[in-house]
Amino acid sequence: MSEVLVLVDHVDGAVRKPTYELLTIAKRLGEPSAVFIGEATKGSEVAEKVAAYGAEKVYVVDDAQIKGFLVAPKAEALQQLAEKVSAGAVLIPSSVEGKEIAGRLAIKLGSGLITDAVDVQSGDGGPVTTQSVFAGNYTVTAKVTQGTPIITVKPNSAAPEESAGAGAVEEFTAEVSEAAKGAKIVASQPRQATGRPDLNEAAIVVSGGRGTGGDFAPVEGLADALGGAVGASRAAVDSGWIPHSFQIGQTGKTVSPQLYIAAGISGAIQHRAGMQTSKTIVAINKDEEAPIFELVDFGVVGDLKTVLPAATEDVIKRKG
Amino acid sequence: MNILVCVKYVPDATADRKFEGDNTVDRVGVDGLLSELDEYAVEQALQLKEKAGDDTEVTALCVGPEKAVDAVRKALQMGVDKGIHVVDDAIAGSDAIATSLVLAKAVEKAAAETKVDLVMCGMASTDAAMSVVPAMLAERLAWPQVTMASVVETQGDQVRIKRDGDVATEVIGATLPIVLSVTDQSGEARYPSFKGIMAAKKKPLETWSLGDLGVDAGQVGLSVAWSAVEDTTARPPRSAGEIVKDEDGSGAPALTAFLASKKFI
Repeated sequence: MSEVLVLVDHVDGAVRKPTYELLTIAKRLGEPSAVFIGEATKGSEVAEKVAAYGAEKVYVVDDAQIKGFLVAPKAEALQQLAEKVSAGAVLIPSSVEGKEIAGRLAIKLGSGLITDAVDVQSGDGGPVTTQSVFAGNYTVTAKVTQGTPIITVKPNSAAPEESAGAGAVEEFTAEVSEAAKGAKIVASQPRQATGRPDLNEAAIVVSGGRGTGGDFAPVEGLADALGGAVGASRAAVDSGWIPHSFQIGQTGKTVSPQLYIAAGISGAIQHRAGMQTSKTIVAINKDEEAPIFELVDFGVVGDLKTVLPAATEDVIKRKG
Repeated sequence: MNILVCVKYVPDATADRKFEGDNTVDRVGVDGLLSELDEYAVEQALQLKEKAGDDTEVTALCVGPEKAVDAVRKALQMGVDKGIHVVDDAIAGSDAIATSLVLAKAVEKAAAETKVDLVMCGMASTDAAMSVVPAMLAERLAWPQVTMASVVETQGDQVRIKRDGDVATEVIGATLPIVLSVTDQSGEARYPSFKGIMAAKKKPLETWSLGDLGVDAGQVGLSVAWSAVEDTTARPPRSAGEIVKDEDGSGAPALTAFLASKKFI
């Protein structure tokens, strides 16, 4: 069975959940090998984590020389590793960085690329991917027909399955060209933690839009009562009420939680693109003609400023 | 400075987008337009020109079918100086890999005339939305890529951008030439003025074929794409849900009763 490389998604060595999802998928396709590009001293700690989800090998690529640069050096490292081990496939998290690494890697390896897969299964002649396209209006299955399949996978595309792998650490020294060091990270300001679940991973998302009038307290209140994450429409972000990192939609995040509650959001196609595949959709809007009501499982025509606080109180009461 | 802005002609996102029998995007039967997200790149290019002064030239570059010339025209109306439309029947059905090849060859051809300093792109197309062409183009040109900029500043051959990532806000620096993509946070795109619409009619608009770029027709198109769509399925419409009116505070208890019935509470 050939090795399937999984690029480890991490922040300073802290492994993020999409890594385990990718390892679970990799196991369907071949022998999972994790690729950790980071501080070499954290390699064994990372190896222990990823081995619990089936990683047989863990390639540790020290990033001391490349940490301060965007994307290109990581693509070079992955290329060299994929060629060395004759990888059967390369799985990469569907983040901004992940997709750009994948784009460069595809050209380098002369291999086909599929982005934003929401499912990957093994098929005749290679992995078969499922994607959700056109604002979630279509489902597309596809496969790579040339070279080593490179697939970027969206968060929550598989339930992580624990499965003990050998987790054998192997250091890999990548030859990074000077040309790859052209885009330098001059400054970086970490985002402040909100204390709420990560938007990409949350089972419940409560979003606010123009109808909040800029006051997100009712939205946050209900999110906290339900243990959910807070999101926003582009209108709310453009108004400066909430940072762009909370935006759901075409130019923000795509979420697919168990429950999505849209408060004061009309439901333009751009917003629908980011939430249409949610399992259960609820909306609260003053305008009964709002297009969001076409999508909902349950809708309340009313003012979110009264409905949300009352619902929050009731949720807290019911939860006891 | 010589700036090329890549503009894509896409099916209108608010129209009923669909696929052809060969699983390619229907680009003819659905009204098309300049991808909204590329308008931000045009806008930022025009702002760079306005700041830099008269010697900066902005050219809109589009790869697409006959009708895609509309995307170039829109960019000309917004204020870019020149247009290049690469059109060739063989390109139909190309994947991002082949598209990036055609774009790279077009950049090289343009550069043979006047050195290209900056290639600008939107953050993604509104149809395929892969968001990988800037990276692929940079790889092919062997240039750095600086992407997802919300603020762009240049000084001589130095570029600084701000980008809001998932875990951090970053400032990225690079030296021209680069491929740069900008987000919809970079600033609202201007509407063409009446003057701009009239002026656009007189602006140079070149049409290039694959032969002009030295690209073999066998390197592009659906049949040589490195990935293949096997099937497309329209998502079943969501069944109509229950909608209640909030009257005298009836909305909240109805909402929580629904959430409880679905075991969310």
